[in-house]
Amino acid sequence: MERVLARTGIWFAILLLAFVAAAFARDGGYAIHMGIIAIAALIGLWVTISRQDYGAIARGILRMPADPSRYDDEVIRWGVIATVFWGMAGFLAGLYIALQLAYPVLNLGFEYTTFGRLRPLHTSAVIFAFGGNALIASSFYVVQRTCRARLAFPGLARFVFWGYQLFIVLAATGYLLGITQSREYAEPEWYVDLWLTIVWVAYIAVFVGTIVKRAEPHIYVANWFYLAFMLTIAMLHIVNNLAIPVSLLGTKSYSAFSGVQDALTQWWYGHNAVGFFLTAGFLAMMYYFVPKQAERPVYSYRLSIIHFWSLIFLYIWAGPHHLHYTALPDWAQTLGMVFSVMLWMPSWGGMINGLMTLNGAWDKIRTDPIIRMFVISLAFYGMSTFEGPMMSVKSVNSLSHYTDWTIGHVHSGALGWNGMITFGVIYYLTPRLWNRERLFSLRMVNWHFWLATIGIVFYAASMWVAGVTQGLMWREYGADGYLVNSFAETVAALHPMYLLRAFGGLLYLSGAVVMVVNVWRTIAGHLRDEAPMSDAAYDPAKDRPIVAVPAE
Amino acid sequence: MSLYDTLRHFADSYALLAMFAAFVVLCAWPFRPGARHRSDEAATMIFKDETDGE
Repeated sequence: MERVLARTGIWFAILLLAFVAAAFARDGGYAIHMGIIAIAALIGLWVTISRQDYGAIARGILRMPADPSRYDDEVIRWGVIATVFWGMAGFLAGLYIALQLAYPVLNLGFEYTTFGRLRPLHTSAVIFAFGGNALIASSFYVVQRTCRARLAFPGLARFVFWGYQLFIVLAATGYLLGITQSREYAEPEWYVDLWLTIVWVAYIAVFVGTIVKRAEPHIYVANWFYLAFMLTIAMLHIVNNLAIPVSLLGTKSYSAFSGVQDALTQWWYGHNAVGFFLTAGFLAMMYYFVPKQAERPVYSYRLSIIHFWSLIFLYIWAGPHHLHYTALPDWAQTLGMVFSVMLWMPSWGGMINGLMTLNGAWDKIRTDPIIRMFVISLAFYGMSTFEGPMMSVKSVNSLSHYTDWTIGHVHSGALGWNGMITFGVIYYLTPRLWNRERLFSLRMVNWHFWLATIGIVFYAASMWVAGVTQGLMWREYGADGYLVNSFAETVAALHPMYLLRAFGGLLYLSGAVVMVVNVWRTIAGHLRDEAPMSDAAYDPAKDRPIVAVPAE
Repeated sequence: MSLYDTLRHFADSYALLAMFAAFVVLCAWPFRPGARHRSDEAATMIFKDETDGE
């Protein structure tokens, strides 16, 4: 009872503070955000005082087993559902803004639905909501299995999940309302940044706490990658978001840095968000789930350790390649370029390590669509980590920078590597977490695989063509020394490519819809009656003894 | 020399050397004599519990 009373007090205090902050807000966006926080606190208050076991009700609706496992999987099940949900939201937003670029009328004439506001909604939804939930859920799964220990601080783990969802809602609504720091992938304003810092510290506490109480002497390499991801993101997030708010009751803040220092801090953050959020974290998934699905150990454990340290020591220096030919000192640009080129080696080392895990079991690519998903994701990891260093070379960058080539590169990494490996992990986790015999349908995984792969091919190929076209048109001089093309002419030239890109996005989204149905039916406990993906050929006509024919 | 200069010279001399040495040692560590067995054990550790503890 005392516990309930204390919790009620905390929720009530948050509710009151948010209400007061909303009432005295300096701008409308801040008032709306405080309103959202007040609603969140009200829900928390209601759950606490009504003393209903909402957890059990939710478990009933979502058909969750009442945690029969040795491990604390409840929060991972929520994470899988959140990953699928935010993935759909992010992909849909992506398709919509792709169509906006082809048909500007889709901006609808409202400030809230312009490309400029929907684009950060798309990037944050896919990176932080889809990718972030996949990382949180899979890290909680892997750390328990490899440490043979239940999650440390189960209450805190639930706080991490719900706190992270609140962060996503605040960030997403903020973009639509025009609340932004104008820092790419770090758009949320100071108060949302502070909230994420609290959630992230709690996340690290749960993860490290579980490692500390492990029953297994060795810390498996996947956990090294997860830990590098968590600690580096904490450092990047705090340094890049150092800012002074104009008022504690308003959204606006000013960065602690200015000019080129500010730009470099931003791209030190931006590139390492790619390096440690989208690479190290997802490599952690690779080092656990690929060997588990292939049922054989990673090709070389020692290579995985070299892979780890090389990524840690090299990635952090590569950021300046985003600022070629700017006010950044030349030596710093060259440093960024050289480290980016060096990064190619550990990246391919890691790709080879993952692919060669299938050594001796290559037939699984034909028979197991989940393995196929992992293999294509590693292939795209290899392709985009080759393309990236190449684009960071100054002479190539002078053509590619600010063009759609960059967009193509980012999406071959994000759709190919991050997306495909996350789909594989979702397909791996869902039947295990809900105690199902198998997925609803393996053939639907196959459909998802082909829709997504063809979608990426359309996307990347059209953006390569668009980017090179754009770059060449921008730099074309006539005999009299004037630029040949106006900007509007380059935009008109790209229109067909934008349509092809949107078609690729549509295919990718369709694949994800197939996944939603598959995951939904798996959770519901249905099994699709279907022919297995592969079977040994059987011909009854040949299955008989040789009858001796008497000689004539 | 200003504090910035001192730190800067330290960063591109001894600190750089120390970081590089740390990198080499960390990469070479799993290749020390007798470590092969430990690596193999670590790699197969994820299969020890066939039921994933369920």
